[in-house]
Amino acid sequence: MDNKLIVSPSPHVHGKLSTRRLMLDVLIALLPAFAVTIFVYGIPALMVTVVSIASCVLFESLIQRFLLKQRPTIGDLSAVLTGALLAFNLPSSIPLWLVVIGALVAIGIGKMSFGGIGRNPFNPALVGRVFLLLSFPVAMTTFPSPTPDAMSGATPLTFAKEALKSGQSVSQLMDGVSYTDMLFGLKAGSLGEIAALALLIGFVYLLCRKVITWHIPVAILATIAVFTGGLYLSDPEHYLSPIYQVLNGGAILGAVYMATDYVTSPMSKKGMIIYGIGIGLITVFIRVWGAYPEGISFAILIMNAVVPLIDKYVRPTKFGAVKPVKQ
Amino acid sequence: MSETLLFTILALCALGVLAALILYFVAQKFKVLEDPRIDNVEGILPGANCGGCGYPGCRGLAEALVKNDDISQMFCPVGGGATMKAVAEYLGKSAPEKEPQVAEIRCNGSCDKRPRTNIYDGASSCAVAASLYAGETGCSYGCLGCGDCVAACNFGALRMNPETGLPEVDAEKCTACGACVRACPRMIIELRKKGPKNRRVYVSCVNKEKGAIARKACQAACIACGKCAKVCPFGAIVVENNLAYIDSFKCKLCRKCVAECPTHAIVEVNFPPKKEIPPVAEKKDATDAKDAVVAPETVIRNDNTSAAAMAGKIENND
Amino acid sequence: MGRTFRRGGIHPPDNKLSAGEAIKVMPLPETVTVMLSQHIGAPSSPQVAKGDKVLAGQLIASASGFVSANIHSPVSGTVTSIDSVPDAGGTRRPAITIKVEGDEWAEGIDRSSDVRKGCSLTPSQITEKIAAAGIVGMGGATFPTHVKLSVPPGKCAEYLIINGVECEPYLTSDHRVMLERGEELLEGVRILAKALGVKHSYIGIENNKRDAQKHLEGLLAGTTDIQVVPLKVQYPQGGEKQLIDAVVRREVPSGGLPIDVAVVVQNVGTALAVYEAVQKNKPLVERVVTVTGKKLGRPSNLLVRIGTPVSALIEYCGGMPDDTGKIICGGPMMGRAMANPDAPVTKGTSGILLMSGSESLRAPAAACIRCGKCGGACPMGLQPAMLYKLARHKLFERMEAFGAQDCIECGSCSFTCPASLPLLDYIRLGKGEVMKIMRARKA
Repeated sequence: MDNKLIVSPSPHVHGKLSTRRLMLDVLIALLPAFAVTIFVYGIPALMVTVVSIASCVLFESLIQRFLLKQRPTIGDLSAVLTGALLAFNLPSSIPLWLVVIGALVAIGIGKMSFGGIGRNPFNPALVGRVFLLLSFPVAMTTFPSPTPDAMSGATPLTFAKEALKSGQSVSQLMDGVSYTDMLFGLKAGSLGEIAALALLIGFVYLLCRKVITWHIPVAILATIAVFTGGLYLSDPEHYLSPIYQVLNGGAILGAVYMATDYVTSPMSKKGMIIYGIGIGLITVFIRVWGAYPEGISFAILIMNAVVPLIDKYVRPTKFGAVKPVKQ
Repeated sequence: MSETLLFTILALCALGVLAALILYFVAQKFKVLEDPRIDNVEGILPGANCGGCGYPGCRGLAEALVKNDDISQMFCPVGGGATMKAVAEYLGKSAPEKEPQVAEIRCNGSCDKRPRTNIYDGASSCAVAASLYAGETGCSYGCLGCGDCVAACNFGALRMNPETGLPEVDAEKCTACGACVRACPRMIIELRKKGPKNRRVYVSCVNKEKGAIARKACQAACIACGKCAKVCPFGAIVVENNLAYIDSFKCKLCRKCVAECPTHAIVEVNFPPKKEIPPVAEKKDATDAKDAVVAPETVIRNDNTSAAAMAGKIENND
Repeated sequence: MGRTFRRGGIHPPDNKLSAGEAIKVMPLPETVTVMLSQHIGAPSSPQVAKGDKVLAGQLIASASGFVSANIHSPVSGTVTSIDSVPDAGGTRRPAITIKVEGDEWAEGIDRSSDVRKGCSLTPSQITEKIAAAGIVGMGGATFPTHVKLSVPPGKCAEYLIINGVECEPYLTSDHRVMLERGEELLEGVRILAKALGVKHSYIGIENNKRDAQKHLEGLLAGTTDIQVVPLKVQYPQGGEKQLIDAVVRREVPSGGLPIDVAVVVQNVGTALAVYEAVQKNKPLVERVVTVTGKKLGRPSNLLVRIGTPVSALIEYCGGMPDDTGKIICGGPMMGRAMANPDAPVTKGTSGILLMSGSESLRAPAAACIRCGKCGGACPMGLQPAMLYKLARHKLFERMEAFGAQDCIECGSCSFTCPASLPLLDYIRLGKGEVMKIMRARKA
């Protein structure tokens, strides 16, 4: 026989899953929200996304080739996803050179400095976003108004926070607020956070494709809803309603797409619930009592840091970890 | 204003003193008395933390060296005799002496001599391959070539030769810590006496199959013909379990066995090339090997030993 | 609908190419090579010498210890050598080689096809007969059956579960046995139940074998001692612990045996062999082997004498396709790739699977992205990614704390891993080391 037999340990078959396939699925799930954002913000949004993805991929391949001397892994699409998620966290009016800096921080510091995919403790896209938010707060918090009559340029959460600070009551500022607009994306905000419904469609897609499980998103959103719901019931004039809280800001984007990043989230189901609750609580703390109107980015980054601890102590129950049946 | 200042300074000072007091008492209470010599001995040791001495790192050895009166069984292979002498002098104990050693790869089955019979596609780890099956060639004793030994070496003394598919030892860098010996699942690597001028002679094969089978799997296999043992004037070579072994302490490096070995399984290292017959040219010649295989007395003796070994194996497994 | 086990599990493509092929009797080969170690435990000690004439069914090697099994000559002929021969992996192991001459059987063996019902033997007599016939677990684990039937003192068996799951893709030998030898199989189950003193037996069959479920249910109509349990398709349902969980909802404790939850599991093939041994005096000298592969000419289920070279089976089924990359002894999930296709069929060979070159090679491993899918797939509730990392760093003590010793080596983790990491390769290695540590501590 000419061709030699191949020998390897079992199993001899492999499922169809690959890193590339998973990343591609997440990108597909982002498409509906992307479509809405293009519809609302037009060409600038497209430009931000393209620049962000292109610079993330470029930086990853450059760093891998010249600094780390690794085998290039841009084919796994993880850099593309980081770029897309970074863009989704930026306002459409941001100068494009800032996007490039954000991408450099996200890929260079957030991901490659730890050794590349799988090793980064923090979500790279959020590292990039938070860097930009702290360094260029004006550019990062100025949003073009989607419609002429909508709340002028401020996101719903910023608007509400300012109004509450100035002594207005919730019922006063709720005048003219339309939940349907929020659901469909007719509000100011970063590219990815505006279209709640489109994001949820992507969530359903991810669940169907079994890319993620429900644990993290549901834990985060439920925690936000329950916590703010409790506050709302205690004093409806001072605290925003839970629906307003869940629909606005990056709550859905963060819960479904950012917090579920495999690398930076716990591996066990129980751990995921704990992680999700933590993010929910910190988000509400920042939103209600903190200086920033929105806090889910910080909440996710803080909980990212806790993940190794969660993974260490929260383990799945082993089969047979029960006492034998008495005879 | 000055009152506030004064109060602040006083309060801070008081706090500092209080903290110092607490720290002092705690430190007294939990004081760990440690022999300061341990630190000094650790300083003398090379600090490679390779574990070659059998203790957990250099500090482990330093502790053992200080605590035990008899240190003749402890040896730092990395530092060698000089380091051990320095330590012994410092501690006032008698220094253990050991010949400098070097790791030797006892497999000569390079790609051209040992035909591949299948392709291994599992995790690139010798340990995984060894636990799975006999390996990519017909020889179930030889080097698997995945480089577990290279990965285990802390000193960069091993490298895989892509041409032969076998690891090579850099005798200059090798400290004989034994990490590769432990890493090799086939037990091919042996620590041997470094020898005068680094000259060594050893059997570069660990195949325990009968001659014909071993020879079929690999041209460079020891076929246990026993010629080397017969020719050795010092009785340094024994043939056991179908395999010749040279005792490096008895061997006087006369190299008679090297010339005699029909399969060139016996290897000489760091000798100047012989003038008459260059050893490289001789290696290509395989006719000797076939003659040796059919030598009648060899075959008969091999049959007996293997049958006995098989019976023994079966009994042992009870 | 059906039940299934509750933790982990995967759904590899079924590929049961030979499910519709009736069992054919493979012609006798010219020589057979009977390995002396075809079971878990000590190799058997040969009872014949070179040059001896043997009859089919004659004892040629006897068990050498409690966990060991007798071996009988599968053919009649002359012993040509007792020596070590390369096994499937290329390692040389002791074996008896017999040149086939005619087909004469030892006395007292009933080779007729009529079904003998009713067994008047006592449980201990049954167990003795099974031990004498050299029967081992035929699902692939090859654990001597008589040992499994010897319930340790202080324990008792409540249920007997017959494993008709055959969850490995491609394999169909158990399926065909259930369809074609149903009556004899059920008789074997009753004998096993009697040996164990068990009142109630279950036969677990996955829903991809509806015909076998219906057939056995038809044969069982009007009886209550045996019940067919339809199971939802999920790998590795054929694992002993998973099957017990699926059928009677009991978890075998970590480090324990099925008998700890009062259950004994036996394979379909084993039950048939038990029937033949007890009712027909026929020792285990042949078995049904699935020979399959996408490129193979005629995927078949063959009744093969033990010791027949695997290459002969492949030849009989249309010959080795040109681009064969891998020959697997067993199924694609847990089978062993063969380095030597001339190795013989043993008692545990449930199938021979040929994979083409392109199917055979693994994808290059990428970096772990911590997706946790391996943990989701693990039927034992372990964390394969963690165990993999620990094994690579040789932290075997910590692997024990993470339960490496509970791994059943089903391969679900490696199958699922999107980074194509060789998870099981390393976990299996680590498990071996952990077992060594545990044994050393016990000793």
